[in-house]
Amino acid sequence: MAGTFGNPEVVQEEVDILLIGGGMAACGAAYEIMPWIQAAKEETGIDITVKLVDKAAMDRSGAVAQGLSAINTYIGPHQDPADYARMVSNDLMGITRDDLAYDLGRNVDDSVHLFEEWGLPIWKTVNGERFDGATWPKEGGKLLKDGGDPVRSGKWQIMINGESYKWIVAEAAKKALGSDNIQERVFIVKLVNDANDKNRVAGAVGFSTREDKVYVYKFKACLLAAGGCVNIFRPRSVGEGQGRAWYPVWNAGSTYTMAAEAGAELTMMENRFVPARFKDGYGPVGAWFLLFKAQATNAYGEVYMQKNKEMLNDYPPYGQAAVPASCLRNHLMLKEMKEGRGPIYMDTVTALAKLRETLSPREVKHLEAEAWEDFLDMCVGQCGIWVGENVEPEKKNSELMPTEPYLLGSHSGCCGIWASGPEDVGAPTTEEHADKDKIPAHLPQGWNWGYRGMTTVRGLFTAGDGVGASGHKFSSGSHTEGRMAAQSMVKFVIDNKDWTPTLDTSVDELVAEIYQPVRTYLEHKDYTTAIDVNPHYITPRMLQFRLQKIMDEYVAGVATYYNTNGHMLAVAEEKLGMLKEDAMKMRAKDLHELLRAWENYHRILTAEAHMKHIQFREESRYPGFYYRTDYNFVDEQNWKCFVNSIYDKNTKTWTVFKRAHKDLVDKSKLFKPAAH
Amino acid sequence: MPTFVRTDKCDGCKGGDRTACMYICPHDLMKLDVDGSATGHAMKAYNQEPDQCWECYSCVKICPQNAIEARHYADVVPLGGSVQPLRGQDSIMWSIKFRNGTMKRFKFPIRTTPEGSIDCYGGKPKAVMANIGKALLTRDVMGGYRAGNPAELICK
Repeated sequence: MAGTFGNPEVVQEEVDILLIGGGMAACGAAYEIMPWIQAAKEETGIDITVKLVDKAAMDRSGAVAQGLSAINTYIGPHQDPADYARMVSNDLMGITRDDLAYDLGRNVDDSVHLFEEWGLPIWKTVNGERFDGATWPKEGGKLLKDGGDPVRSGKWQIMINGESYKWIVAEAAKKALGSDNIQERVFIVKLVNDANDKNRVAGAVGFSTREDKVYVYKFKACLLAAGGCVNIFRPRSVGEGQGRAWYPVWNAGSTYTMAAEAGAELTMMENRFVPARFKDGYGPVGAWFLLFKAQATNAYGEVYMQKNKEMLNDYPPYGQAAVPASCLRNHLMLKEMKEGRGPIYMDTVTALAKLRETLSPREVKHLEAEAWEDFLDMCVGQCGIWVGENVEPEKKNSELMPTEPYLLGSHSGCCGIWASGPEDVGAPTTEEHADKDKIPAHLPQGWNWGYRGMTTVRGLFTAGDGVGASGHKFSSGSHTEGRMAAQSMVKFVIDNKDWTPTLDTSVDELVAEIYQPVRTYLEHKDYTTAIDVNPHYITPRMLQFRLQKIMDEYVAGVATYYNTNGHMLAVAEEKLGMLKEDAMKMRAKDLHELLRAWENYHRILTAEAHMKHIQFREESRYPGFYYRTDYNFVDEQNWKCFVNSIYDKNTKTWTVFKRAHKDLVDKSKLFKPAAH
Repeated sequence: MPTFVRTDKCDGCKGGDRTACMYICPHDLMKLDVDGSATGHAMKAYNQEPDQCWECYSCVKICPQNAIEARHYADVVPLGGSVQPLRGQDSIMWSIKFRNGTMKRFKFPIRTTPEGSIDCYGGKPKAVMANIGKALLTRDVMGGYRAGNPAELICK
């Protein structure tokens, strides 16, 4: 029976493994899972079924939808995974899981080599000159896997012609899975626990954004890889420009919220990323700093990283690293802005003039194109600003600006879900923290519990932005993490082959919950003449504005120069509580608005987790990203630890606690000797 | 920061119930106005939520009629510029017009293999159950495994 808007058709399906998301992590899982499913069938006779569900179209979904101009994680044959783990740790102020970073570092290049084989153009240096990804074969260059020399914009980054990066990676994933095993335009909004084991996941529910259909999946294992979280803070651009978020606007915190509601332990949700980017368009700065060697200055031409370098001494040992953490670079920039020496500029004019002195004539010809391609590959909107404002980078400098805060675990951030790591790198297997008794007893001890990438909820795996306490995975690392999780999920399914999932909530209840915003709309829409103003409901759009106002004004958004304190957080907590209640009164006048309603519900719970963690951590671990003005220091003694939490979906409350941090690689190599 | 659809070029993808732009938009913004009730232009697509547009250009690049362009966001950017691509099989051409009339054109490679040509597992080592759960080092599909210096792992 065909569904209607008020009474959707219910589609029920049981698979062994569900992949939620279609970005780099899910594509990695899709690629890697099929050979293991094949092996399971051939060697053990076990048939394993898999399905991928994406709320968009895989060719252009996830954070890489638009393309990228660089792959930011490629280790290469001359660096050690331990160096990579050190870098990750330092950029995130010392509190990351070395086991996760190290494991990613040793495996990530395999995915990059695959991308190149599939057709991604990767720049190469041949005889000291650099060539784009289509030209080097004519110049005698080699593939990366054969020892080709990539163009490094930084220690870990390599340049690509990446407009079609996602298109290429999706092609491999789609071919691997087969179209029968892919469901696009279905938005999964809720995980369902098992009726017999509340700490286990048994299903997921969502709805089609194209037809009046609710989908109910049952499974043994699932990969939750639905990106980070954007637009929980009021953005700097509030008109048409609010869509021009730095990270993709469709990343709605779905990963964190669905995991939290299923009972998964979150980690480091206080962490955020406030990228300093080209103002308003949020164009990338990496190539300008690293490849073109540009410097950032205040309005008077002073290089603030030099001028304010003493400020780094306030944060030992992190301030003494050869490359100070991203947040500390913001910290030095903010001083100039707050004291009235803005605007801040990227000095593109000087950088390009200097490069012209040293490059070959052929390279100079490419230089202008390279500068533009950096934006055109991944942030066309920045070009829109340049053409509208007549900015030619060789003639006019561009403003830089720290953005509104973002939550993510794959870029320069480390919030996410507490996930099981590798067993062979010396990670702790017990808890040795003074507050270890405050860790809820049902949660695992140590950093691994059997299946790489599994959360603390049995059967629930994650990757990419989902895996917390690591960071700096970027596109390639997210793909790799998806591959690693795929293997673990197949193992988990084989180990649980006789187990049958049983949903702890009836299908009727689930359908009613998911379509509540539609029912609310249909019931009350004729009460008022103007459909957007109605005392019985709130539009998802207004709910988002309310969330953004609360977060911006009380939880260290741009309005307060990223400052907050315990009193402000208490106000935020009260307001968020009422917002969460009012979320139950969201309306959806069509399927598009139902999509927005559930995205914004996911945003609220993610925002609440962020606020609760900032409240719990009584220090300012990330100066430049946020400040607790009542604890405006880094406290290595008491707070060099993970802050983790679990959410109780019945009482709607959080339990926040500490877990011990431990270095698995020696971090002293990072810091300049005798600086302190 | 929205894209817009030109009435003189959009053909509603020839009367199908899905347009290319609807298919591709990662944020579910593009919509076919079947009866013209939303825009006054029946059987043409439009951007239904312009202030949620990331300006990722996915719709611009996929439109078979080149009917979609971007008018950079009006609350920030002065009028008059345009950035328009033409995406082919192996490269993309960009035509860039500044507000002051300056023009630039760039062409960049996007892919070194024919579309649809990926052979996922040809020539790759098979998965073997004895190795499952040992991450990628067991399969090392593309020679990308980087065994680190064991001495670096100080707790092992």
